[in-house]
Amino acid sequence: MDNTAAVAHPREAVGLEEHTEHTFLPQHRHHFETEAQQREAGTFGMWLFLLTEIMFFGGLFFAYLLYRNWYYPAFAVASNQLSVPLGGANTVILITSGFCMALGVWAAEVRNKGFLVIMLILTTFFGLCFLGVKYVEYHEKWEKHHIPGPSFDISEFVNPAAHGITNEKPLPVDAAERTQVFFSLYFAMTGMHAVHMIIGICLLFWLTHRAYRGDFTTGYVAPIENFGLYWHFVDIVWLFLFPLLYLINRHPLH
Amino acid sequence: MSDKQAPANITDPEHEEHHIVTPFQYLLVFATLLVGTGLTVLAAYFDMGPLNPIIALFIASFKAVVVILFFMHVYFQSRLIKMTVAAGFFTFLVLITMTLSDYISRAWGLW
Repeated sequence: MDNTAAVAHPREAVGLEEHTEHTFLPQHRHHFETEAQQREAGTFGMWLFLLTEIMFFGGLFFAYLLYRNWYYPAFAVASNQLSVPLGGANTVILITSGFCMALGVWAAEVRNKGFLVIMLILTTFFGLCFLGVKYVEYHEKWEKHHIPGPSFDISEFVNPAAHGITNEKPLPVDAAERTQVFFSLYFAMTGMHAVHMIIGICLLFWLTHRAYRGDFTTGYVAPIENFGLYWHFVDIVWLFLFPLLYLINRHPLH
Repeated sequence: MSDKQAPANITDPEHEEHHIVTPFQYLLVFATLLVGTGLTVLAAYFDMGPLNPIIALFIASFKAVVVILFFMHVYFQSRLIKMTVAAGFFTFLVLITMTLSDYISRAWGLW
């Protein structure tokens, strides 16, 4: 044995040996052999959760695919009522938020507490900006009575010229009623996405508080990293929602 | 005592090394995503007939793959994580294909 302390103080030596066998991190659970194994198990679990989320949003995307084929003219006209500049701006805002989150993960890895807190605050800020733009869009739909239900107003689709819309052909009444299916899916999909954003922002408040306390800059990155996975997943959902809801119906086939 | 033995259940040397993605790499991903967003908006204003949704979905998928590989670190993860992610997307595609083939083969166009 090269450790002289072990000879002089056997009880301390046992303590030292325990110390080198296990990781120094207090958050390292004893049922994992190494920190790397614990980390991979956490990532694996997070991805399993995200896969159930893919199935959940996938169901909504499938409904959209099907009904868009069934009620194509109504979907094209209703989709064109959405604002591409607002949707595009929101895409950029959300990508920026994701970029800040990614930098936050890096800050936690290199144990830079100040930068981590700033990045988490910026992630929250851009997330709130996204929801703000979404509010403006929802509010417009509310004012135009484009929320499905008893007070839904089809006049803009039956008689677009009267509403100053010159590039759309009028729809027959039954087809115009189908625009409610589009708006139902629009609110269901963007609404569920927004719910995920709101949950994420609530978690961000808690994570920012803990990051400020210094919980994640001593080698314990898992909560930041796994939250990052969640936040990027929510980004990805929007990356598909934006073209499908706002963009692909600009040039209807018939 | 000083040279620590690798635990018996870790057979993959990939597990031992932890990769940290640098801010510069994140910046490249961010720029790619912004360019992709610009392109998809631009493409929407050109009438390309049936190609419009295809191009939009292709760009969206490309952006999603970039996010998954780099923002979500899958590119640097172990095979277990890569297989998990790939299996999830594959299962999703199987479910979509089977459901769609069911709808297409029953009274399509008779609604």
